[in-house]
Amino acid sequence: MKNDSPKDRAVCDAFIRDFQNLEAQLNGQSSTPFHEKRVRAITTFAELGFPNMRQEKWKYTSIAPLLKEKFQLASAHKITEKALQPFLINGLEENRVVFVNGYFDKALSKYDMPPGVLIAGLDEAYHSHAALIDEHLGKYLQIDEQPFAALNTAFARDGILIHIPQNTVIEKPLHLLFISDVDERPFHSHPRNLIILEQGSQLSLVESHHTLSPDVYFNNFVTEIIVGPNAKLDHIKIQDESKAAYHFAATQAKVARDAVFNSTGIDLGGAILRNDINIEFTGENAEAQLLGFYYATGTQLMDNHTFIDHAVPHCNSNELFKGFLDDKSHGVFNGAVLVRPDAQKTNAFQQNQAILISKNATIDAKPELEIFADDVLCSHGATIGELQDDHLFYLRSRGIGEEMAKAMLHIAFANDIFERIKIDAVREKLEAEIIARFGG
Amino acid sequence: MPKPPAKNDYDDKFGSAEEQQTVENLTKSEYKWGFTTDIETDMAPKGLNENIVRFISAKKEEPEWLLQWRLKAFRHWQKMVEPKWPNVKYPPIDFQNAYYYAAPKPQKQLESLDEVDPKLRETFDKLGISIMEQKRLSNVAVDAVMDSVSVATTFQGELKKHGIIFGAFSEAVKNHPELVRKYLGSVVPYTDNFYAALNSAVFSDGSFCYIPKGVRCPMELSTYFRINAANTGQFERTLIVADEGANVSYLEGCTAPMRDENQLHAAVVEIYVHKEAQVKYSTVQNWYPGDENGVGGVYNFVTKRAITHENAKVSWTQVETGSAITWKYPSVILKGDNSIGEFYSVALTNNYQQADTGTKMMHLGKNTRSTIISKGISAGKSQNSYRGLVRVGKNAENARNFSQCDSLLIGDQCGAHTFPYLEIKNPTAQVEHEATTSKIGDDQIFYLLQRGISEEDAINMIVNGYCKEVFRELPMEFAVEAQKLLAVSLEGSVG
Amino acid sequence: MISIKNLHTSVEETEILKGIDLEVKPGEVHAIMGPNGSGKSTLANVLAGREEYEVTAGSVEFNGRNLLEMPAEERAREGLFLAFQYPVEIPGVSNANFLKAALNAIRQHRGEEAFDAMDFLTMVKERLQLVEMDQKFLQRAVNVGFSGGEKKRNEIFQMAVLEPQLGILDETDSGLDIDALKIVANGVNKLRNPQRSFIIVTHYQRLLDYIVPDFVHVLADGRIIKSGGKELALYLEKNGYDDLLNGNGKAAV
Repeated sequence: MKNDSPKDRAVCDAFIRDFQNLEAQLNGQSSTPFHEKRVRAITTFAELGFPNMRQEKWKYTSIAPLLKEKFQLASAHKITEKALQPFLINGLEENRVVFVNGYFDKALSKYDMPPGVLIAGLDEAYHSHAALIDEHLGKYLQIDEQPFAALNTAFARDGILIHIPQNTVIEKPLHLLFISDVDERPFHSHPRNLIILEQGSQLSLVESHHTLSPDVYFNNFVTEIIVGPNAKLDHIKIQDESKAAYHFAATQAKVARDAVFNSTGIDLGGAILRNDINIEFTGENAEAQLLGFYYATGTQLMDNHTFIDHAVPHCNSNELFKGFLDDKSHGVFNGAVLVRPDAQKTNAFQQNQAILISKNATIDAKPELEIFADDVLCSHGATIGELQDDHLFYLRSRGIGEEMAKAMLHIAFANDIFERIKIDAVREKLEAEIIARFGG
Repeated sequence: MPKPPAKNDYDDKFGSAEEQQTVENLTKSEYKWGFTTDIETDMAPKGLNENIVRFISAKKEEPEWLLQWRLKAFRHWQKMVEPKWPNVKYPPIDFQNAYYYAAPKPQKQLESLDEVDPKLRETFDKLGISIMEQKRLSNVAVDAVMDSVSVATTFQGELKKHGIIFGAFSEAVKNHPELVRKYLGSVVPYTDNFYAALNSAVFSDGSFCYIPKGVRCPMELSTYFRINAANTGQFERTLIVADEGANVSYLEGCTAPMRDENQLHAAVVEIYVHKEAQVKYSTVQNWYPGDENGVGGVYNFVTKRAITHENAKVSWTQVETGSAITWKYPSVILKGDNSIGEFYSVALTNNYQQADTGTKMMHLGKNTRSTIISKGISAGKSQNSYRGLVRVGKNAENARNFSQCDSLLIGDQCGAHTFPYLEIKNPTAQVEHEATTSKIGDDQIFYLLQRGISEEDAINMIVNGYCKEVFRELPMEFAVEAQKLLAVSLEGSVG
Repeated sequence: MISIKNLHTSVEETEILKGIDLEVKPGEVHAIMGPNGSGKSTLANVLAGREEYEVTAGSVEFNGRNLLEMPAEERAREGLFLAFQYPVEIPGVSNANFLKAALNAIRQHRGEEAFDAMDFLTMVKERLQLVEMDQKFLQRAVNVGFSGGEKKRNEIFQMAVLEPQLGILDETDSGLDIDALKIVANGVNKLRNPQRSFIIVTHYQRLLDYIVPDFVHVLADGRIIKSGGKELALYLEKNGYDDLLNGNGKAAV
């Protein structure tokens, strides 16, 4: 184990004990390839331990508060249809998949899909589609250096499984809801998602995370995404967890030739949030757009790590992250772009902008470019500061009060991201949310 | 006595762990400055232990306090580990397999410059540095350092008139111990990092410069460093103190002979800038880069840092074309309100060179400003990384930083990397970072070819144009030298 | 001066010039006109030695030497000048430095002594007047931040300094307003002499009101389909290229 602190060791051991309990429950499955992956993952996790700030990828992010908590493994849990209502999105009510505490809730889910399309809870689907799951699960995300991903793999049981066959276009966006509701003790939950778009298919996904109570819990997601040749995936993730919760999410996307992957992340909740978004281009002429917006208040820590791997020529990536940091919150942005040898004619752009609203807020930003090919156009920019005085002054000189003027400018700043959201109902809901928070 | 700021204001952790890889040792090169000088050398026994530290200190006839300082540094160094985070690869360094002291003989006190060993003079003449005062018109005072020992300093008389102290570090220890003791380690403490600790333990000489209150130094001051002896590490230490309202421009140049084995250069430069003072420090670094197969060359692991008080200003300008490996982040601790830090850099790597260089701007005072302009050029099979830190402390109201880091690629087997770290703890800060990576455009080359200019000249012209923002910060003579160096360093990289 | 015979060129396997024959004698001004995509700019660039264009057949002699064997800079030094359709920007390189380097490379090629800074400055100042440009141009980086008109004037200014034997103007008139056009044309006219020839590639007849050509050639689909005197340009202006392409021109001119 790389981590030498005995206290951290004890926390790791608690998770390992929970794994042994899980294993006991899975009596029927203990010989499947899926389970073999779990066993390997818990070994990896035991070796890695939890990360610490001496490690480059965790340089600015302390997970000490997480390690102080005592969690138990989440179990299936019921909520009412009524409790779900506030989280539904206009027009997508009939096209939803609901998870509660990480478990697929069939009763609350409603959707109608063309034949051949597979949308199911992973656990249930393993009975009918084991071959598909075994083929893909864990193949794309490397857990060797990612303790949280290793932990997820060890506990992976349920989550969303999406398989869109060749040339199938899903017209209506699909809404995935992940609801957390703490009963007694704080839980840890490790939903595992697998999204596969075959050649020429198309899907728009809205994934949202909510809580029914302001409690402590620990959600640790892994999502593996395959966007096949000429396929297109729009993925919007809205994270509005409890302000006391821990939300860790690793996404690994492989984007094939001529494919398009658009990812938008909106982060509002969580005591500690950590997103790891990795995109790998595997074929030429592929395109990825990676947008992020975060709004941290109180003592929230919001950490976005992105990695775009230009492994092949002629691909385009465009990344824009914007955030507000208020109160004593702490923002971390680490955006890496790698252009491998031979990935000529790469276009890669990255912008990262943060506004510190309060005197006690902090931002640590590290945009990285690693370029090994010469015929490329790459740039990154980062700006950090407060609102521009001259903009504020302009509005005030036209008779707008200072508070109002600030709210307007904040909303304008965020709109840069929101206006790129193509689903009207989602955009409107978000705008209303932000306006409410700024009191504008 | 000035105290170094609290450790956590400038702790020295940078990036990621790195793999190691053996660089094969063969020979051959066209390094222009690759001659050796046949001068008897006074050497310490190979290896590193407390006795070597004592030997060096005794050789320099140092006072007890300095010996104790060295020993503390050595003991601290023994507990430290070599940094692995830079984006460079090299085989493990055997610190016991090098000489830590090599001085040209004889070591007697020179009465006048005419007494300098003629062979040594010839060496410096070949380098284009006149240590004789014949080039009075050039108006540059030179302290020449060979194998870690200061051998001659020009214009001392003239400088003395202004109360300026400039010369060998070892002489300053003897003649101005109070100043040295006061400022040594005040900007780069021996605990700072692995190589700074090593340097503190075994540094043999270097330059010392003190500009008194309100004095504007009437000429450029310059230190010229040369490694000559084989298997020798060079550990010089430069300490510059600009007292209140003082102003000085300081130049540093370096060369080394061609040798098949790698040579270690671990220098420390400390600059203490009192309020209202200004220091401009320019470097043209041309240590032997190794041959086109990556054999030999200097490992250049250098710690350079300045601290500024109220209304003071420090400007680092560097042109880095040499060394097999460069690991260097000239930094500014912007302690005083309204102080200014600047960093202008051109780093060129060719063949198998590796550079991981940049700066750190630590904003502690209010209204502090910093500017970073970095131009990386990668050719051949080289790897060129910019690594820079901009930190704005909690109390640094209205701090401003602008960073521009451009990379130019020549050929398709090299790499250019940018690792900026921005750590901001004050909402009134305005920090902007921009970076671009591009290659020399075929259109640009064709345009110049069509006007009758050869391809090589065309590339030099484009590269020099690309570096212009940095070159214009250099004193005139250095700017010319820098342009020539780029041309020589790029030879054979195109085609 | 220049003798082009049966010139065929391709870019990435697509044939663009399909057999060009053109003879330009000292002192002559030839205009090459044609619709977009006819191969006009390709011809200009091939003559200047741009490597993207592959010559698949034919020959070009320049003052008795095989032009196609020379690299681009040698063509320039032999006296062939291309005024670019899209002059590139070169940040940080001043016009003065750039021109001095170019001029001295050409002078050295001719066996003449290099100009020193003073002689050079005197000469360029005089040539600047030719295109009504301010001295400040000399210190600005090559074409960086220049307006379209300034870029084109800069091309003519460079031609005035480098004194080529053959000037090829590649759509130098495109995008110029009438005042700028007059300045450019005036500059070219002053450079005309019995030893110097020009090939003027243009899409519009307008330029030829100011630079009167000796010959006009119409290029279409990679071939010269019609040659004539300056009246051919007027005919084209009136009737358009389509008319000629449809075969009507033969009777009319």
